[in-house]
Amino acid sequence: MSNRKGTTSVGRKILMALSGLFLIVFLLQHCTINFLSVVAPDTFNEVSQFMGTNPLIQYALQPVLAFGVFFHLIMGIYLERKNRNARPIKYAMDKPATNSSWMSRNMIITGIMVMLFLAVHFYDFWLPELNTKFLKGDMSGLNAAGEYRYMEEMAHKFSNAGRVILYVLSFIFLSLHLLHGFQSAFQSVGFNHNKYTPTIKRLGNLYAIVVPAVFIFIALFHYFNQHA
Amino acid sequence: MNLKLKIWRQKDAEDKGKMVAYNVTDISEHMSFLEMLDVLNEQLVNSGEEPVAFDHDCREGICGMCSLYINGEAHGPDRGVTTCQLHMRMFNDGDTIFIEPFRAKAFPVIKDLVVDRSAFDRIQQSGGYISVNTSGNTQDANAIPIPKADADEAMDAATCIGCGACVATCKNSSAMLFVGAKVSQYALLPQGKVEAKDRVMNMVNQMDKEGFGNCTNTGACEVECPKGISLTNIARMNREYFSASVTED
Amino acid sequence: MSKLDSKIPEGPIKDKWTTYKDKIDLVNPANKRHIDVIVVGTGLAGGSAAATLAELGYNVKAFCYQDSPRRAHSIAAQGGINAAKNYQGDGDSVYRLFYDTVKGGDYRSREANVHRLSEVSANIIDQCVAQGVPFAREYGGLLDNRSFGGVLVSRTFYAKGQTGQQLLLGAYSAMNRQIARGKIEMFNRHEMLDVVIVDGKARGIIARNLVTGEIERHSAHAVVIASGGYGNVYFLSTNAMGSNVTASWKIHKKGAYFANPCYTQIHPTCIPRSGDYQSKLTLMSESLRNDGRIWVPKNMDDVHAIRAGKLKPTEIAEENRDYYLERRYPAFGNLVPRDVASRAAKERCDAGYGVNETGEAVYLDFRSAIERYGSEQAKLKGLVNASKEEITSLGENVVEAKYGNLFQMYEKIVDENPYKTPMMIYPATHYTMGGVWVDYNLMTTIPGCYAIGEANFSDHGANRLGASALMQGLADGYFVLPYTIGNYLSDDIRTGKISTDTAEFEEAEKNVTDRINQFVNNKGTKSVDYFHKRLGKVMWDKVGMSRNTKGLKEAIEEIQSIREEFWKDVLVPGSADGMNTELEKAGRVADFLELGELFAKDALDRNESCGGHFREESVELDGEQKGEAKRDDENYAYVSAWEYTGEPKDAILHKEELEFNDIELKQRSYK
Repeated sequence: MSNRKGTTSVGRKILMALSGLFLIVFLLQHCTINFLSVVAPDTFNEVSQFMGTNPLIQYALQPVLAFGVFFHLIMGIYLERKNRNARPIKYAMDKPATNSSWMSRNMIITGIMVMLFLAVHFYDFWLPELNTKFLKGDMSGLNAAGEYRYMEEMAHKFSNAGRVILYVLSFIFLSLHLLHGFQSAFQSVGFNHNKYTPTIKRLGNLYAIVVPAVFIFIALFHYFNQHA
Repeated sequence: MNLKLKIWRQKDAEDKGKMVAYNVTDISEHMSFLEMLDVLNEQLVNSGEEPVAFDHDCREGICGMCSLYINGEAHGPDRGVTTCQLHMRMFNDGDTIFIEPFRAKAFPVIKDLVVDRSAFDRIQQSGGYISVNTSGNTQDANAIPIPKADADEAMDAATCIGCGACVATCKNSSAMLFVGAKVSQYALLPQGKVEAKDRVMNMVNQMDKEGFGNCTNTGACEVECPKGISLTNIARMNREYFSASVTED
Repeated sequence: MSKLDSKIPEGPIKDKWTTYKDKIDLVNPANKRHIDVIVVGTGLAGGSAAATLAELGYNVKAFCYQDSPRRAHSIAAQGGINAAKNYQGDGDSVYRLFYDTVKGGDYRSREANVHRLSEVSANIIDQCVAQGVPFAREYGGLLDNRSFGGVLVSRTFYAKGQTGQQLLLGAYSAMNRQIARGKIEMFNRHEMLDVVIVDGKARGIIARNLVTGEIERHSAHAVVIASGGYGNVYFLSTNAMGSNVTASWKIHKKGAYFANPCYTQIHPTCIPRSGDYQSKLTLMSESLRNDGRIWVPKNMDDVHAIRAGKLKPTEIAEENRDYYLERRYPAFGNLVPRDVASRAAKERCDAGYGVNETGEAVYLDFRSAIERYGSEQAKLKGLVNASKEEITSLGENVVEAKYGNLFQMYEKIVDENPYKTPMMIYPATHYTMGGVWVDYNLMTTIPGCYAIGEANFSDHGANRLGASALMQGLADGYFVLPYTIGNYLSDDIRTGKISTDTAEFEEAEKNVTDRINQFVNNKGTKSVDYFHKRLGKVMWDKVGMSRNTKGLKEAIEEIQSIREEFWKDVLVPGSADGMNTELEKAGRVADFLELGELFAKDALDRNESCGGHFREESVELDGEQKGEAKRDDENYAYVSAWEYTGEPKDAILHKEELEFNDIELKQRSYK
């Protein structure tokens, strides 16, 4: 019995929404910490060290996060495939723009763009971190000079104009993804109420614009800081 | 006005089918879209050709039999109407109009523009009812007061005509607006609550079996629905499903 | 004559149905499993009957020509359903509903049947609520009622303007439950093309699968016809495009008498015809007459100016308008029964006062209602010096809340805003009170063959009151037929399965196939619609809202010649294998062409005016009622039941004399 619940269309949709909501919460946290690199570099270093070494975060939350990302991706692709199969013959003339937004129809595109970005992102940050911490066993978070290395590593990555452009583009895709995804997640878990849904939609739009904008700002800030 | 039509012709379920071009002339703007097709068909019959088959019956927007994907939209460019209520004044002289059947794996084409929507019936058979027998001894109709707001909302959900525009227009061919409307109608009424858990589980399972796609909340169905069935109904179905799956043994 | 036994139970009218139920033979549940019943049509009557019979344990085979039982045309009924619940405490009772229905039917219905209908009406509401039908409610959570034309109490239950839809979906849901259990086998996109009679009893049907074209044999111990009315004989009507007389006509040709074919209801509030291409007419609920006032201009100059587009109806001053219903019927005004309102509109239009290009339209004006409601709202809201615009806007809001969906529908079709300019309306064929003759058991003159709902003739006499069609359909299907059919089937518990491999089925199938082949091989030159439109024109012009001897005689001859030409020259493209919509239409129109003649013949025989049947020869000549319809109880208080003998013109008339023991026959006066 329990097996069939998660494997129906509605069950999968709810799981998709829950994983999405989880990623939204994570993203807000990530964004806040990164923003510290602009306003309080020292605090940024300390928090980074805490996040990178706290066992609860490293051994409990990090795997959950990785699973969440992976699940959201795989499920998204799986659903997309299923959905395409649900209409084997396409319309000769179709005008979807008259009844729905581009964002809502192209979650798979914006989603895959974000995931591709994540690959780069992992290559840039996560893999080196894993390498330093778990293969080399250096949990100090210090550089050769004995100072926290997080701030300078980050600044270094953002010195390359090509990478910054890539980041900016990726976050535009993320924004498009969130413009639909945020409010859609609430609908999927069954939260739709005449009184609250308009607020959720506004909040979703705000989030979808502000959070990626902050990320973009951080990247640009560090780039121009080094090229000024 | 004179129009160029591009219509999907398909002899039967096995035939591959193709778009065929026709011309109609002297179409009055006061005609309904189906009356325009009547003119075309009269023309075809008089020249000994087989007329274009399309589903239609009441021609007043309530039976849900008419369908058609007209110029890229289910039930055509107008809002809040079925194809039979669509009038030619929505078009201009010289227009080319694409007319296609509702497309979905779960709605196979029978002939030309006629599709098989019996999947909808099977979903209803899986749980779209309240299990009471006819007896004449059920309790008095006023025995259970129902808040007006709930009754009105149930009514709004119940106005679904089962035409399938939601499926046709959804990029995923999802039937969730249709199923959500029925689940909602009963979930809002005390009489329906008794079987609510099994109902939502069974109807969702049947919906999946029929090969409809998943809902990605694009909201296109709500826009194209001739009866204005709201997305709230899908949310309610999700909620009902969620709580049923958590609490069911 | 012996065949026409109405089988009305003995005893006082109040007790007839109860006593009947106590005394009938029942079939025990174990035996019901061995009995099959065919139900043709899945509207309110057929759907509710199929579901209830299956619940009881019979094996039901249900047929509809649409792609799903939910599409049946009962779905289009707007206004509501009557029931003698007396929830409003306004003096309603079973007797009063019975009385109103018999009176509304102009004393041409069978008392016992109507009383039974009134008795079970309250059960219908209970049943539907239990099924989850979302009727309109008041703020206290209890059911709301509205009032309808021709009665003095509020007994109409409704679900917005879609009552028929909600009731049908209720019956459909009950059917679905039985389909899932396997107790109903559903045949969508199937059309019954003949009934099969074995040893004098109806034992099956021949049906065509409309998708594959296959001709199928289906057997059963009883056959129930619930295929609705025959309004489409007029070509233009408010019926669905596919509504047809075929099932009823086929059983008629096999021995079922056809009763009162000339009783047709022409509904007064429909959207007028706009051109020759028109395929159907759209009804606007009668409830609009609660607030709308009907008028035409008083002066011919204004009429011409309006038709020429030089004058707007809103520019015509109050004193230059003729509110003819209020003028002629001060007591009931705009709320006179349907037949009266329709004839009055025709009278004005025939006199040349019609207000659209075709000359067949009158105004239905909401301006007074908007002003009245607006002022009331302004008072409620404490607006002391509300401007005219404010009042209008407030009033429009009230009207929108009551009739919004109808106004929207009107605007979509006509492209005019009915809040700002009066609606145009004209009568259109809507319902047929006549139908297959049935006895108290709802059985036709073929043993084992039943007719229920609009397909039979029994409950509405010569005119049906608003919100009574839904009541009758569901009463027959949920509460009457399930009892009466048991009484008949109790003799069949040992019969066993009926074989379809018999000479009777063979022959019926051959006849059906031959006729289909005749159509597809005919290779004529004219489309089916061409003939249907011609038939419709004759019917409307000569057998329409008012009829006379000369016209009727002409109609009979004209219909005969159209029919002859039809068989010679009809063109049905395509083949008989697979879906062929023209072939379907051809079969239906062929039957209409026969029915139409019998219809006119019946109208000619009935030289009185009653209900929807108005004979110009039979009007009041003087007094207060001068010019009104004159009923002739002395000579025509009977049901005309026609027996088929080969050609419609040779049909034999059998009379069922109507006895009125509980209601005194009176002239209907709405003055």
